[in-house]
Amino acid sequence: MPIDWFPLWLSLRVALVSTSVALALGLWLAYILANREFRGKEVLDAMVTLPLVLPPTVLGYYLLVLIGRASPLGKLWEMIFGSPLVFTWKAAVVAALLHSLPLLVKSSRAAFESVDRRYERAARTLGASEWRLFWRVTLPLAHRSIFAAVALAFAQSLGDFGITLMVAGNIPGRTQTLAVAIYDAVEAGNGAVARTLVILVSAVALLILTLANRLNPR
Amino acid sequence: MLQARLRKTFPQRPDSAGFSLDLELKAADGVTVLFGPSGSGKTQVLDSIAGFTRPDEGRILLDDDLLFDAATGVHLPPQARNCGYVFQNYALFPHMTLRENLMFAAERRPRLERHRRVTEMLETFRLREAAGRRPHEVSGGQRQRCSIARALIVAPKLLLLDEPGQGLDAPLKAEFYEVLRQVRSDFKTPVLLVTHDLDECFELGDEMVILREGRIVQSGSPRKILDQPVNVDVARLLGAFNLIPCEIRALDPGRNTSKVQMGDVELDGPYFPGRFKGDRVTLCVRPEQLVISARLGRPGPNQMTATLARAIEKPQGMRLEFEGGIIADVGRAEFERLRQNQDWLIEFPPAALRVL
Repeated sequence: MPIDWFPLWLSLRVALVSTSVALALGLWLAYILANREFRGKEVLDAMVTLPLVLPPTVLGYYLLVLIGRASPLGKLWEMIFGSPLVFTWKAAVVAALLHSLPLLVKSSRAAFESVDRRYERAARTLGASEWRLFWRVTLPLAHRSIFAAVALAFAQSLGDFGITLMVAGNIPGRTQTLAVAIYDAVEAGNGAVARTLVILVSAVALLILTLANRLNPR
Repeated sequence: MLQARLRKTFPQRPDSAGFSLDLELKAADGVTVLFGPSGSGKTQVLDSIAGFTRPDEGRILLDDDLLFDAATGVHLPPQARNCGYVFQNYALFPHMTLRENLMFAAERRPRLERHRRVTEMLETFRLREAAGRRPHEVSGGQRQRCSIARALIVAPKLLLLDEPGQGLDAPLKAEFYEVLRQVRSDFKTPVLLVTHDLDECFELGDEMVILREGRIVQSGSPRKILDQPVNVDVARLLGAFNLIPCEIRALDPGRNTSKVQMGDVELDGPYFPGRFKGDRVTLCVRPEQLVISARLGRPGPNQMTATLARAIEKPQGMRLEFEGGIIADVGRAEFERLRQNQDWLIEFPPAALRVL
């Protein structure tokens, strides 16, 4: 039976978009958490971490409430783009984002915090704005760990199943990502397809993890 | 000129005892050395001036700029303070070459001027050959010069140095003194240097401020402080003093003389203003001011007999430790001449006597 490669391309596309968004959002959150002192900082950190421990069904439920067609956000989206967000590949991006953000924020925060404070202080005494300090000093000094964190986030968004299933569904050729396609293949008794996809996913994940390990400074 | 009045309380933490800073400080042209033991609050003073920590109370004024004022809530960020800071271990950006480090600092200047300034600085601080290398690829001396050049390239109104000599070996230290003297003469930037190294105070300090437990206990020129420490604590901090308990027996302001009873020896000294007959005081004499000779007859005026316990080789000469704890420094040649001797005489020149 010929294998439908659509889920692979979809998953890659979803992972790429979600990782890009996670990078911007996650680095910002991580930098704030690592450098600013404010009330509720640890609550924010806990909230960002929460998806790591909650079951995917709970997260999926939240997302449905948050971006479903009846929600204000969902309505706004529909008003702007003319079609609902849920049960499209874009919803899969949101799912993957939620799935991969916690670890990215956690490890980027650690990466930022591992940069010797004196470099940042030195840059400040030299008149560097916080913006320039971030781009020219903190980020370059933490870049290896950040790369590793981003690679991990990519691998994670490639593999999301539960949340994706709940908010994007399982529409072959439209929202069926790799993980969902494997589930589908097993359910339908397509052993050969399932096997191939499983091996593929494992290989890609292994590759990315190895890369992440090599990047991470010891 | 820097004028600072600071007060800050650091609450007790599991990893550090409670501590408070309360001082008033001035740093004019030249080098002001902030000297104190570890934990005296030296670095906190620098950090308050640079803007890394916010004092509870006080006011910091640099030339005409108000950097901090608790009363009106002024607290400029470090970027706006115009203070160069040379960190312990220099904090050169490890991912940039020396030239890039300077470029980073000069970035707010116009392009052409920036290049000229950087080249000039590389020249002044003898960094031209090393300019293309990263900090970990150059020598300790080059790193040090680069960190000073980087701090100076923004033309700060004040240069702060945090324990710059810490962990340097002797030749590097000498080189550093050299560089800082050059900075003092070429740049005219007032320098505030924090250290617990006495050598640095005397090599570099125009003014010296002694800090102890967050408070200033004495300030003045290093020579003056060494000549007349204000109390026993300061004398101990400065090391190298004989501190001997004694009693004042007579005072004569008219002839500028006094008599001091030290054990069973009576010494002649200068008049001590503000002291009274019968005061129990601490006699304070520097080891190199004592005069050592072989005992030939009876001890003369201001002399006492002593038994040598140990003679220690020092870079500058010999340090003699006598029984009873008195220490005297003599030249090597003089010691060679006296070394066969059994009994010793220690003479306390009247002019050298100080009481605390």
